[in-house]
Amino acid sequence: MLQVLLNGAVLGAVYALIALGLTMVFSIMRVVNFAHGQMYMLGAFVVYYIYGQFGWSFWVALPAAALVLALVGVLFNRFFFQPVLATSAREENSMLMAVGTALLLENLALTLFGEKQRGVPSVVDGAFILGDVAEGGAVLPYPNALVALLAVLAIVALLLFVQYTRPGRALRAVAQDKEAARLQGVDVKATTTLGFAIGAALAGVAGGLLVTVYGVNSGVGTNISTKAFIMVMVGGAGVTSGAIVGGVLLGFAEAIGYDLLPGSVTYLLIFVAMIVFLVFKPNGLFGKPWG
Amino acid sequence: MQPPQPHRPAMPAPQRRDAVVVTVFMAALLVLPLVLGPSRYMLSVLMNCAGLSLVAFGVWITFSIGRINICQAGFALIGGYAMAILLSRWGVNFWLALPLAALVAGIAGGLIGAFILKLKGIYFAMLTICLTEAIRLAFLNGGDFTQGSHGITGLPQPFAGDSALPMYYLAVGLLALGLLVTWRVHYSRLGRIFRAMRLNEDLAESFGTHVWRYRVLAFSIACGLGGLGGAYFAVFTQSVYPQSFTVEHSIYYMLFCFLGGLEFVSGALLGAFALTILFELLSQFQQFQTLIYGVLMIVVILLLPNGLMSIGMRNEGNKP
Repeated sequence: MLQVLLNGAVLGAVYALIALGLTMVFSIMRVVNFAHGQMYMLGAFVVYYIYGQFGWSFWVALPAAALVLALVGVLFNRFFFQPVLATSAREENSMLMAVGTALLLENLALTLFGEKQRGVPSVVDGAFILGDVAEGGAVLPYPNALVALLAVLAIVALLLFVQYTRPGRALRAVAQDKEAARLQGVDVKATTTLGFAIGAALAGVAGGLLVTVYGVNSGVGTNISTKAFIMVMVGGAGVTSGAIVGGVLLGFAEAIGYDLLPGSVTYLLIFVAMIVFLVFKPNGLFGKPWG
Repeated sequence: MQPPQPHRPAMPAPQRRDAVVVTVFMAALLVLPLVLGPSRYMLSVLMNCAGLSLVAFGVWITFSIGRINICQAGFALIGGYAMAILLSRWGVNFWLALPLAALVAGIAGGLIGAFILKLKGIYFAMLTICLTEAIRLAFLNGGDFTQGSHGITGLPQPFAGDSALPMYYLAVGLLALGLLVTWRVHYSRLGRIFRAMRLNEDLAESFGTHVWRYRVLAFSIACGLGGLGGAYFAVFTQSVYPQSFTVEHSIYYMLFCFLGGLEFVSGALLGAFALTILFELLSQFQQFQTLIYGVLMIVVILLLPNGLMSIGMRNEGNKP
């Protein structure tokens, strides 16, 4: 059981990072970024090429993934989402734009990188052995521990950024009330762009971290997006704490489920549990009624 | 002296445009095989278009109550499996199995909708994605009953002989039925209630509309149409698998509605035909097909936010 809990904790930390990115874009722009999973996939490919193929350091590859995805986020925001949000009153249009960008990224990746599953060498070798493995102990490989540690660090850094810096406070202000933020002198357009860039970068970092453990392929995006939706809905759309709690909950549910059941049954049960949960708590654990 | 004639208001411009497009479209579908000859390939493309439009009508109806439906593929899957089980396991007559399959999907939609339709906006949209996946996984893990990933194959064809024409006219007939249902729903008192609910549910409720009941009704009709489309595809391809209808398919149905135009019944029809035929024309560039879908989706939203049917009409923004 200790092993299952450890696996759950590692997954939960990275899932929380994925959900944070999605919830950030939603809270600031009221756009569900369907391409979040594809951004995760791109981040994984950046690390795969820089670290796995060109042989540069992982510590160069990971920030590069964040930067590349932040740039993708800025471009998407500037050329796709801002024009739609400016001209269309329909919520559906921005959502469909997000679906279009997801299809675009996924198929670009498919064309450029093919369908093959790709992995990278371990960043660190070895494992923590906790107790006697044969008698309920657990093994925590160093790469998994590193991934969890970096994910937690990224989450803490983001929380400190939005809590204590000026642009971070502007992000929170825009998320709460755009008009009031504008009246207080916040550059809403620049802040929105920053929010989208950070959301995309978080997806890229998560992809860059998990590629070291699970590898990557071009088709992983939809799966990751669906997981991100579950986490965000359970926690409450647009709520930071909700995304973290949703991520951790899904991580543990997945680890425990995979230990007891076949993978697809686990996900069937997770979906059913989530649907039943939302029937009683339509705005998630900490969410507001966005409508 | 003649008694005064009851005053009939002229058809509003969007409805007139809708009526013209639907009439021309259906007439063209009826005579095309007679003009172009019974080319099996051409007929199969048109049959595919007709089936896809039928499923897309359901998405369109859900839009009309202000919900974004990304689970239509799940209900097409329910209809497809219901048809396959009724035909191949229980030996039910084809003409009875077809409406039964639609009914099963409609009832399933109503039962699920009764719980999930209180969710709105992005919550509902995200939930419907998960619902499609949940339905697919349920069929995948259905054991002998659904035959897991192998699906159910070798379904009997309803018509004997080599000609594809009877199947083609069945597709056109089902499409006409779907159009009739959607038309009746949209251009009637029911449609006005749906549009009122889309604009402001609370207001509609305060004027005495039983919002919950109409939401469930709309969703049941939508899922029933999806189920009918799924049943048709199960017979058309003589098989149904858990992968026959996925989230990606649901997204395509949405794109059909958007491309055609959400204010027009014929929007889903036009969108499905235009995109499916375009997809077919691009089949030689198979690796770029879905990439083009993505690009097209972005271009449509940026340049044609009200869809093909709105070209040349005064932009009425968000008016229902």
